[in-house]
Amino acid sequence: MVHFIAEEMAAVACLRAKVNMEAVGEILGRFLVIYSLTQSFFDNFGSLSSHSAIMGNPRIKAHGKKELTSFGSGVKHVDDPKGTFAQLSELHCGKLHVDPENFKLLGNMILIVLAIHFSKEFIPQMQAAWEKLTTGVANALAPRKYH
Amino acid sequence: MALAAADRATVRALWKKMGSNVGVYATEALERMFLGFPSTTTYFLHLDLSLGSTQVKAHGQKVADALTLAVEHLEDLPRALSALRHRHVRELRVDPASFQLLGHCLLVTLARHFPGDFSPTLHASLVAPTPGA
Repeated sequence: MVHFIAEEMAAVACLRAKVNMEAVGEILGRFLVIYSLTQSFFDNFGSLSSHSAIMGNPRIKAHGKKELTSFGSGVKHVDDPKGTFAQLSELHCGKLHVDPENFKLLGNMILIVLAIHFSKEFIPQMQAAWEKLTTGVANALAPRKYH
Repeated sequence: MALAAADRATVRALWKKMGSNVGVYATEALERMFLGFPSTTTYFLHLDLSLGSTQVKAHGQKVADALTLAVEHLEDLPRALSALRHRHVRELRVDPASFQLLGHCLLVTLARHFPGDFSPTLHASLVAPTPGA
C-alpha cells in the first residue's frame, strides 16, 4: 500500500478538481498511439488506422473517460486500493489477460497529459505525488498473486 | 530499433526548438526523477541533491550533452552511445530500469514546456529513442 502525506493528497485533489473531460479523453488515445500493440484489446472499437483516427475515435474517448472515472475511485480510497480495484483487476488480468505492465504505462500517460494541460501546476513535487498515485493504482490492478 | 526518417525529423525539430535550454530541461528531468523515484538517488549520494543544486545542474548538462549526441546519431544509436552504456552499466552498475525512469521524467518535462508541440505523433517519436538511450 502506498502512503501519502497530507501535502501530497492536497496536491492530487487540487489538480484532479481542474481536470476536464477533454484531457481525460486524450489519455487512452495517446496510450494506443504510443503502445500500438495494445490496440489489439480494442479491435472492435472502430477505426484505429492512424494517429488521428485513434485520437478522434469516439468509443476510445468514451472508454478513456470510463477508465479515468474508475481511477478517480482510487484517489478517493487510497487506504484500500486492492479492495477498490478487486473487480477491475479480475476483469483486466483474469479475463482479458492484460499484461500488468500496461497499467504502469497508462499511469505514465496520465502524467504526460497532466503535464501538457497543467504546465504551471505540474512542478516536480506535484509529479511525485501523482507518481505515487498511479503506481498504487497499477499495483492494485495487478493480480494478487504478484504481491 | 532504428527510427523512421519522419520520426528522426520530428525529434530533431524539437531539439532545434529547445536551443540552448537542453541542459535546463535535462536538469529538471533529473530533479523530477529524484523526487518521484527516490531509489534513483542511490547513484548520486556524493552530490548535493537539493532542488536548485549546482551539482545537479552540472550533471544535467552532462545528460543534455549525451542526449544531443544521441539526437545527432539517431541512425545508429547503439554505436553512438556504446561508451556511455559501458560506463553506466559496467562501471557504475546502474539498474537499466533507471534509464526508463529518467526517460519518462524527460518526457514529462518536455510535455510541460512544449504543450502545443507535444502531439501524439511527436510523443511516439520521442518514446522510441528514450528507452534505447
